[in-house]
Amino acid sequence: MQDQKSAEHGHPTAAVYLRVAAVLVILTVLEVGVFYVPQFHGVLVPVLLCLSAVKFTLVVMFYMHLKMDSPFFTFLFGGPLLLATAVILALMFLFGAFTLRR
Amino acid sequence: MSHRTSLGLDNRKMAFWAFIGSECLLFGSLIATYLVYKGRSVVGPYPHDVLNIPFTSISTFDLLMSSLMMVLALAAVQRNDMRWAKVWLFSTALLGIFFLCGQVYEFTSFVHEGLTLQRNLFGATFFVLTGTHGAHVSVGVLWLLTLWYRALRGKLTAANAMTVEITGLYWHFVDVIWIVIFTVVYLIQ
Amino acid sequence: MSETRGWRSWVSTTDHKRIGQLYFYTAFAFFLIGGLEALLIRIQLAKPENSFVSAETYNQLFTMHGTTMIFLALMPLSAAFFNYIVPLQIGARDVAFPRLNAFSYWVFLLGGLFLNSSWFVGPLFHAGSLNVAPDGGWVGDANLTERQFSPGVNIDFWMLGLQILGISSLAAGFNFVVTILNLRAPGLKMMRLPVFSWMTLVTSFLIITAFPVITVGLVLLMFDRFFGTHFYVASAGGDPVLWQHLFWLFGHPEVYILILPAMGIVSEVLPTFARKPLFGYTVVVYSGVLIGFMGWGVWSHHMFAVGLGPVADSVFSATTMLIAIPTGVKIFNWIATLWGGQIRGSTALYFAVGFIAMFIIGGLSGVSHAVPPADLQQTDTYYIVAHIHYVLFGGTVLGLFSGIYYWWPKMTGRLLSEPLGKLHFWLTFVGMNLAFFPMHFIGLLGMPRRIYTYSPDLGVAKLNLLSTVGALIIGISALVFVFNLWRTRRHGAVAGNDPWQGATLEWATTSPPPVYNFTVIPTVESRLPLWRGEHHAPMAPLPATPPQPIHVPGGSWWPFVTACGLPVLALAPLTHTLWIAFVGVAILLIGIYRWAFEPFEV
Repeated sequence: MQDQKSAEHGHPTAAVYLRVAAVLVILTVLEVGVFYVPQFHGVLVPVLLCLSAVKFTLVVMFYMHLKMDSPFFTFLFGGPLLLATAVILALMFLFGAFTLRR
Repeated sequence: MSHRTSLGLDNRKMAFWAFIGSECLLFGSLIATYLVYKGRSVVGPYPHDVLNIPFTSISTFDLLMSSLMMVLALAAVQRNDMRWAKVWLFSTALLGIFFLCGQVYEFTSFVHEGLTLQRNLFGATFFVLTGTHGAHVSVGVLWLLTLWYRALRGKLTAANAMTVEITGLYWHFVDVIWIVIFTVVYLIQ
Repeated sequence: MSETRGWRSWVSTTDHKRIGQLYFYTAFAFFLIGGLEALLIRIQLAKPENSFVSAETYNQLFTMHGTTMIFLALMPLSAAFFNYIVPLQIGARDVAFPRLNAFSYWVFLLGGLFLNSSWFVGPLFHAGSLNVAPDGGWVGDANLTERQFSPGVNIDFWMLGLQILGISSLAAGFNFVVTILNLRAPGLKMMRLPVFSWMTLVTSFLIITAFPVITVGLVLLMFDRFFGTHFYVASAGGDPVLWQHLFWLFGHPEVYILILPAMGIVSEVLPTFARKPLFGYTVVVYSGVLIGFMGWGVWSHHMFAVGLGPVADSVFSATTMLIAIPTGVKIFNWIATLWGGQIRGSTALYFAVGFIAMFIIGGLSGVSHAVPPADLQQTDTYYIVAHIHYVLFGGTVLGLFSGIYYWWPKMTGRLLSEPLGKLHFWLTFVGMNLAFFPMHFIGLLGMPRRIYTYSPDLGVAKLNLLSTVGALIIGISALVFVFNLWRTRRHGAVAGNDPWQGATLEWATTSPPPVYNFTVIPTVESRLPLWRGEHHAPMAPLPATPPQPIHVPGGSWWPFVTACGLPVLALAPLTHTLWIAFVGVAILLIGIYRWAFEPFEV
């Protein structure tokens, strides 16, 4: 993805934004597709988590401009994000989500 | 307001990213509660009884498009094109309002199908999580309409680009939380 | 809006120094109230089967004592120093968001008043007075706090009060993160930052990440109590243990929020009065940061008696023991700072050394709790109460007093009396050890905490009486301190810029500083700018008057107005009256809009 305009932050062009939007739509379609197609049910969870993670990353990196901005902002957001993820996983574990079930 | 700063970063932008980090913990705790209580409802309705994937996919698409409108609004403000800035700001808010209408419709139809806050843990966790998200969207819509109104009055210019950028950060974050909710609540049942 | 006198200038102030003073006096008043609650508790426990207060009143006393001390006294006293001192230490003219700073203070004051009003407003809720204050412990465990078991408004006051106070802390957290990172004077690199400012930064990160978790926990409780949900109700598939997780995910970082600022203070005081740089500055800073991170990994050590299972217990036991390491590292570095130094025995130093000794004791009992089988014996007994008070009173309170004696001259231009200060110290030191050391034994002999009386057969009567005597001595020490404060306003020795020959930037300006802090923002070339270093001459004195006029923001009413919206909003659920919520939201919106659009130049 090229950065062309405005010297200050290296803004993506409208074309870049539209391309990201198109990818987001395609990914959403894929997500819904995986949900409906029975053959994919075995891999439903990991595939959906990956697809949504890609969408998440695209919005954050391009629309929220994190890719082009100071790495400090990535730290300011990424740290608590990691922490929140760890909290979710820890609580899931503590409530028995990852045990072998009946 | 461009004073020299130690890291060369705008104070407000830094504060806002810190705020977004904080919100990760807020929504993280709500999502954790949802996940921890998944499958523990003693009575129905259960997720597969009520969740409407086609409808919610449209809501998701709506929010994604609103994020596109938001970046276009910011780009317009940055090049001082107030005409397009007004169009995109209003469109973003409008899509936000459509999303909220969709949520209201969804919530009321769930209630008609017997899923209430009190009914079971699914109702409680679902409504509190998505309700908190909806409240955030509502604040965002109010914020966007305020900016749009100021633009109408000629009080929004390229000098306010940072304000619009921060508005965008908020709006995209709310969208990103929805991406997570859509996956974790609706698609992974 | 450029008035400098009169109540209007205080209500509309956005000056960090004024806000710091407001925090100090308000927090100290709450400290005395919390202390009074402690005295009443101790009088009740002075002898077995006492009837000084009823069980219901007793429950309110210990709940309010804990809640008040943590949220209305200790945190805001630290905030007083964040506010007053940090901008000076970093060579700034104010914090990044002065109006947000004022907002934090007013929300704190209003939240504290809201919470404490519960002592008096019983009759408004068809109960007697002294009947509706929060009574579920400062931890508010579910499902005791559910409507079924706590039908009155007590828990509502607690829950709503904490939500209000949380907003105050969060706003301050964001403010100080940006201030410390972005408003430093030229040359003040991060590894030249005074340790107190570093600890403020770590504390601020802890606040902004931990408070959202308890916000969610309290929101879920609110929904259970007001809207009939079952988040913490087992019969519906819920789990009261979820409350404990959400609470302690916040609660453990909270105790580091409580101790790190005091550790920062000690790290400033020791070098000054040993006339020697802090030993191992880099390691001390990294240890503080590490404690901040690791503090997130230990929360379930508060839940060893809940039945989490051997894997969880082992993991949290290990992480808890590990966190003792960076703490121990700091202690060794402090001792090494004093070793071989030219010690000047000021009251500030006495309190700092007292901190080290008392915190070690509290840390030792803490490490004993880290062993789950041992903790099963200790938990919910007075052994834990001993630990808490050694780390929070022996630690945080002594550290804060050290800071007060150290920085009071900077804030007021007057030195506190040293003889009175030494008296205060010894009374405090003797009082606290008499009050809290016996509690180790009382707990291990089997007396649970949070009970309003005990049987004479338990054999802890004499120890309890000793503890009560200690508490009374602490009470007397507080009076000595208040007398010292009051007396030196008029009669204290004039301090001058730098009464202690300190090393950091706050000592480069006048006492108290002018409203713009520094006549010229200095350029910093070392970690200890005012001292001669190996390669640095001491910083040249600043000019007496500013070479150019310095713009100072004139203050604003909107932070106060906006803050008022919060207790009004809280009244709605408290009184089950919806329309009040709309009034509260309206006040918030008006305040926020006027704030956003008023011309305000920093």
